[in-house]
Amino acid sequence: MIPAAFDYVRPDSLEEAFAELADPEAKAIAGGHSLLPMMKLRLARPSRLVDLAGLDLSGVAVDGGTIRIGALTTYDELLSPRNVAPLPGALCDAAAEVGDVQVRNAGTVGGALAHGDPASDFAAAVIAAGATLLLRSPEGDREVAVEAFFLGPFTTLLAQQELLVELRVPVPAAGEGSAYVAFADPASGYPLAGAAVCAGSDGRCMVGLTGIAAQPQRATVVEEAIGAGTDLGEALDTLGLMSLDGDPEYRRQLAIVAVERALDVARRRAES
Amino acid sequence: MRFMDDGIGLVQVGLRVNGEETRLDVEPRTLLVHALRDDLGLTGTKIGCDTSQCGACTVLVEGRAFKSCTLLAVRLAGAEVTTIEGLGDGRLLHPIQEAFAEHHGLQCGFCTPGMILATADLLDRDPDPDNEAIRRALAGNLCRCTGYQGILASVRAAAEASRTRS
Repeated sequence: MIPAAFDYVRPDSLEEAFAELADPEAKAIAGGHSLLPMMKLRLARPSRLVDLAGLDLSGVAVDGGTIRIGALTTYDELLSPRNVAPLPGALCDAAAEVGDVQVRNAGTVGGALAHGDPASDFAAAVIAAGATLLLRSPEGDREVAVEAFFLGPFTTLLAQQELLVELRVPVPAAGEGSAYVAFADPASGYPLAGAAVCAGSDGRCMVGLTGIAAQPQRATVVEEAIGAGTDLGEALDTLGLMSLDGDPEYRRQLAIVAVERALDVARRRAES
Repeated sequence: MRFMDDGIGLVQVGLRVNGEETRLDVEPRTLLVHALRDDLGLTGTKIGCDTSQCGACTVLVEGRAFKSCTLLAVRLAGAEVTTIEGLGDGRLLHPIQEAFAEHHGLQCGFCTPGMILATADLLDRDPDPDNEAIRRALAGNLCRCTGYQGILASVRAAAEASRTRS
């Protein structure tokens, strides 16, 4: 399968990229491992591809209490032993869960979020980590919470001439631990249900869920159920669960177990 | 950088393939696997699923494994690409190739170039991987002859051979 024809440009600056993206049929490409498969299937058919590879948007840096992750950082770079930033455990779990080695060598953390896949492993983890996203456009910058970024399946807050340039992840506090657990579809590798839990030293926790609804989301009802010790399944039922395929009851059960296991690992990490 | 086409939609891309400076004249939509096979005649890179599932089209870009069915050739400008043809020295097999031949790491051989190049990425990162690490590293490469046990043995042997050699 070969994608439909398109024009290709590789800007050297963000300003140039914004200008190229003014065309509503233009689309930015990062790692391309979500976009190209869609283009091959003609599910996406941009008339122009704006290659972001020429922009200086990769790398991980610690800036005070914030870990700044360039949007074009690949999963492989994030997981590299050379990356010494104190990443939350959930982020590493989720990055390692994505695709396979070849996909992690190509796929970028920003590209994955901007793609807005309802079953994104990484999205659940950055939500639980309390991260914000830096969006840049000709109108200026805005910083938004990750859970507010996803509007629906493959739909995000990003405007046509706007790019996600950086993820800002709080450095984990002392006594905090986090983990991501997913049940992957054995054929596609995408999570049937995935849960990221960040357990704080005060007993409170943050929960990000993926694969079970129209978009990855923060699940405050689940956080409250964990705190109160009430039924996780009943909390999940209030979230508008959506089974993309397969048995909804099975997926609901997987989500419960994913939350329980992620919570268990997060608490153990918090103690160690 | 703006890539100028020649009026019929082709753009020039300069890259290194198996150590040689190479110029491709491709449409922007040309996938690397097609450029390698159809333009350069490097048919060791296989097309299995064409949907980035099977790994038969795996090549090395700057020493790392990528699925060439999911890379646009135009984006490889200036890159170093290694295909299965470029892994050995043209006369002798590479130690990974030798290990696969020796330890029954293949039956029909269609997945083998991809398996071997994914192994090259693995051994570059981890010279002494255990079975779990090998399974994880080859998760993106499917073998439909069900030769996985032989493949595991081949990778272990290749790792040992590489360690002894270096």
